[in-house]
Amino acid sequence: MPLLPPRWRLLLIVLAVLTVPIASGVLWLFLTGTFHRVHGLVPVPPAAPANWRFLWQAVGGRPPVYVAIVNSLIFAVLVAALEVVVSSMAAYAISRMSFPGRRLYLGLVLVLHAFPAVSLIIAIFYILRLLGLFDTLTGVILVKAALELPLGIWLMKGFFDTLSWEMEMAALVDGVSRWRLFWRVALPLVRPGLLALGTFALLSAWGEFILPYTLIVSSQRTLMSSYLQTFLTEGYSDFGMVAAVGVVYALPVIVLFAAGQRYLLNIYGGGLKG
Amino acid sequence: MAHEAVWGERASGHARRLTSRYLAPALFLAPATALIVLFFLLPVLTTLGLSLTDISTLTFRQPRWVGVANYRQLLGDPFLGRIMANTARYVLLTLLFNVGMGLVLALLTTSVRERYGGQVRALWLLPRILPPVVYVFIWQGLTREAPFGLVSDVLGVSKNWITASPWTVIILANGLVGASFGMLIFTSAIRAIPLDLFYAAAVDGATSGQTVRRVVLPLLRWPILFVTAYQTLSLLTSFEYILLLTNGGPGFYTTTVWALHAYQLALQNYFGNVQFGLGAAMAAVLVVIGLVVSLLYLRVFNFRALVTEPKVEVN
Repeated sequence: MPLLPPRWRLLLIVLAVLTVPIASGVLWLFLTGTFHRVHGLVPVPPAAPANWRFLWQAVGGRPPVYVAIVNSLIFAVLVAALEVVVSSMAAYAISRMSFPGRRLYLGLVLVLHAFPAVSLIIAIFYILRLLGLFDTLTGVILVKAALELPLGIWLMKGFFDTLSWEMEMAALVDGVSRWRLFWRVALPLVRPGLLALGTFALLSAWGEFILPYTLIVSSQRTLMSSYLQTFLTEGYSDFGMVAAVGVVYALPVIVLFAAGQRYLLNIYGGGLKG
Repeated sequence: MAHEAVWGERASGHARRLTSRYLAPALFLAPATALIVLFFLLPVLTTLGLSLTDISTLTFRQPRWVGVANYRQLLGDPFLGRIMANTARYVLLTLLFNVGMGLVLALLTTSVRERYGGQVRALWLLPRILPPVVYVFIWQGLTREAPFGLVSDVLGVSKNWITASPWTVIILANGLVGASFGMLIFTSAIRAIPLDLFYAAAVDGATSGQTVRRVVLPLLRWPILFVTAYQTLSLLTSFEYILLLTNGGPGFYTTTVWALHAYQLALQNYFGNVQFGLGAAMAAVLVVIGLVVSLLYLRVFNFRALVTEPKVEVN
């Protein structure tokens, strides 16, 4: 409440208790990656550098981990770039131009934003096979970027809508083309939107599991999510090493989140997955 | 000569106007449209089309048209009732947790100093932004037998809790991810309540509890409806965490929900021959529900206000 209740410190304790499971989960991951064994949340020394052996040697028929890391990086960066550029272009047209079918287009974007895209995965598998893009990074990149376009277009339209348009108007009357105007004037002005969408897209692509798990089979094209998942299913006992893989995989997310938190709270409030 | 020049100018002006009216928007919309057609519209049609064929591993090259045979087979499946019951259980219980917890978190974090409230909200976003595979791995670690698993330690009963009570784990794991959605929406809704109302309540001597019950909750009715509707649809079609946690087990169809079963039929090669068409039929049901419900949102959540005329227009 805007007026602090008199006993708000008591409520803070309630909040702290509610948040314990989340905090202990993350703590557990880091402890288990670092130490020989962990009982509950109590580490049993010594520290176990052998947990990190996956960094310099391939484990059990898997490709070396750097293959997965590099693939995941390429995947995340290209998805984010594609998503930001393509949705900005479309959002600019919807926000700034009048053309026949504009309302229909925006309606389509809104419906697709609410539509749960994951139910299309079976058909997408089939379409990628037809296009010859099955089991390629290009294919998954296109799919992932496409499925998040409605969110991106909707978000960027909101940013373009808030721009004052006098400058654009003046430039247009002076004969500057829409294309130049978009890149030189409009895009720099919506930087906060680009940063928010970019960070969101990076995080979301870096963590993506179902799409690459379904649409990529070659181990040379594996991503970090599938690399880690192979440990989860094989009845492993070496929790220490798997946790270390998890730390390597999750650390960039936590760092990026800490840096871009301010932008992100808005986007996640706008809703993507349940 | 002069006449012709004027003509030419007028024609080129006309052409330019045509260009800016059609060509420029088309240029800007082309990449988005291509991706949307290829990976949204075409897949919707493909799902419906494939569901009417007998396509499987064996017949992938030459699927045959079989009409509604897949749907008939679905209806005759003795496990269909179980899968539907599982789906209902998953959606309803997770929804209850998500919306309830989201509401509690929003109310509490806005009732403490904002510095702390913001930190708690950030922590609650972690389950959502952690890669799902890492998140599930953490759950596996915490629910192991003693002396390793924290849950076994705390409860004093040593079990693998994922196999012992898979539903509780599935609902809590999904719930911790989903609660942040309601939390953020309810938080901004609470912030949007005019301050006067709180002052008025305070002057009238309302306790904090009364303020929440009589002032805040009635004003949150609309956001609560929105979050509930939105999450119902996404839970109905989501299966990622169940796939990773139990993959429908332990045992036979214990935690298999509709969306997961569709996925397993079409894409997980358990029985040698994946039944792509049958899986597509199950997915088609979800796709149709998804389309109908998303269209309904447009009507309910005031579409007209969202589609105002564009600002800059020089044609």
